Amino acid sequence: MLVHSRTGRWTAWALFAVLFVPLFALPLLVVLAASFSTNWSGAFPSGPTTAHYAAAVRGESLQALTTSLVTAVTASLIALTAGTWAALASAALGKRGRRIVDALFMLPVAVPSVVVGLAVLVAFSQPPVLLNGTRWIVVLAHTVLVTAFAHQSVSAAIRRLDPMYEQAAAGLGARPSYVLLRVKLPLLLPSLNAAAGLCFALSMGELSATMMLYPPDWTPLPVLVFTATDRGSLFTGSALAVVLMAATLLALLAVSRVRTKASYR
Amino acid sequence: MTSGIRFDAVSVAYGSTTVLDSLDLTVEPGEVMALLGPSGSGKTTALRAVAGFVRPVSGRVFIGDRDVTDLPPYRRGIGMVVQQYALFPHLRVDANVAFGLKARKVPKAEIPGRVAEALEMTGMADYARRHPRELSGGQQQRVAIARALAVRPDVLLLDEPLSALDAQLRSGMLAELARLHRELPDVSILYVTHDQVEALTLADRIAVMDRARLRDCGTPQDLYRRPRTEFTASFVGNANLLPVTVGTDGVVLGGTELKVATGGAAPGSSATLCVRPHLVGLGDGPNALRGRITEVQWRGSTHRLYVEVAGHRVKADVRELRETPPLGAGVALHFAPEDAVLLTAGVTGD
Repeated sequence: MLVHSRTGRWTAWALFAVLFVPLFALPLLVVLAASFSTNWSGAFPSGPTTAHYAAAVRGESLQALTTSLVTAVTASLIALTAGTWAALASAALGKRGRRIVDALFMLPVAVPSVVVGLAVLVAFSQPPVLLNGTRWIVVLAHTVLVTAFAHQSVSAAIRRLDPMYEQAAAGLGARPSYVLLRVKLPLLLPSLNAAAGLCFALSMGELSATMMLYPPDWTPLPVLVFTATDRGSLFTGSALAVVLMAATLLALLAVSRVRTKASYR
Repeated sequence: MTSGIRFDAVSVAYGSTTVLDSLDLTVEPGEVMALLGPSGSGKTTALRAVAGFVRPVSGRVFIGDRDVTDLPPYRRGIGMVVQQYALFPHLRVDANVAFGLKARKVPKAEIPGRVAEALEMTGMADYARRHPRELSGGQQQRVAIARALAVRPDVLLLDEPLSALDAQLRSGMLAELARLHRELPDVSILYVTHDQVEALTLADRIAVMDRARLRDCGTPQDLYRRPRTEFTASFVGNANLLPVTVGTDGVVLGGTELKVATGGAAPGSSATLCVRPHLVGLGDGPNALRGRITEVQWRGSTHRLYVEVAGHRVKADVRELRETPPLGAGVALHFAPEDAVLLTAGVTGD
């Protein structure tokens, strides 16, 4: 333990509370409070209601939630497949090749997501691949944005993976494909899981690139939150935000339960 | 089917560093060959060249009559056990042992029987449903051996298999390995170790390696009693190596004449006298050496004395003394002429 004395520990907790509550907890609590009210003119909200939630789980809002979930799941799965594939391939390259591949995959993180959105928009608004106006352009942009994170966390896990397992398997007569399926991927499963959770959460909250690309029939929930608050419906927006938050948290919780089952050591 | 291993002038290099220099060595079918040497001597590299994890820059590796130099590891028909066992942590013991059989597409109906047989042989039958993390180091080691034996390899490669175990377990496992080899007399074993006791106990022959080269090769008794190089003499059994001048009827060490067989070495030439510490006695006798005690170590049943004789440090292991001699005391040491080996220049290995 870093801090030993009792007073020292209390001070550390107090400092944590001072920093954490206003920075992290309070804004979220405010959104939560606003989602249950109709009026907020004083220090506290008033006019408690659940009407916003009743609206948030049907019609256009429900469709936006489904849209977000489908987009996030699809983008995460594609990103995980592509990121893992690239990470496995780059691990087999020399030092230089690996650096180049890693740098290429990190590009979408370095480039602002608005720029990624614009790039995708410009690139796919013309034949031969015309995706503008379809839901696929949103899924594509999300995939581009989250693949970087999948690639990064999986390649970190591959670097930590002891090569002796692969060699032991090869020494027992296993072909490389068998080693991949029966040894490497199972040992990487906890990291793949974590990467999937990260990708999903990032995609669920993505707004800036989505704003440039979404067609009328494929409106993800963050866009709805933004448009609601933009036209002044703060309380409706808050309820939608809480729904978004809850859906993401629930999905992450489910993923983390799989993760604990899959860790062996 | 029996098949040995043959290294034909095998060299391995990483960049400009040669880690294995033109190794010529044959392991006969059914033989246990120990590769003995300090770390960095190239012994593990030699084993990895047989397994296929390093590619020689020159030379060929044969398993039986097959040139395996260009084959990938999974086509070489080997069984291998490494220092850290490398049991697959996500598989239970029986699945670990079955791994090689499934990978080699052994008929499904045959697998359970062969897994049980391998676990029986290593005394791990009761642990089949455990995960590796639930086993002790010694048990994991047995599973690793069972996994390697289940595929019925022609050659078994053991890379410091006991070095992660404590001393007591190690001697138990040594006996187990000896028993396994008696039960499987057709399997050739290449056993890499830095521990001379393991090599002397288990091996039919020992190849002594140092600085990427093979320095000596012979039966354990041969290497121990008649080392051909200084390196072998000091690494196997930690012998006293004393620079001497060859005389007409023996050798001269710092003015003292000692009777030893010179084996036809030219009088007047310099040579190295090799005497094992436990063959050096305390007190006067034939071939007496006088000197002063510089250090005394009590080792339970023996005392190790370091005695300075004519500017050279001589180690003597004597039966436990009733009274520890004081440092600086003058003592006489002696050894029987037949217990000494004279290493003449030109066979010192370099």
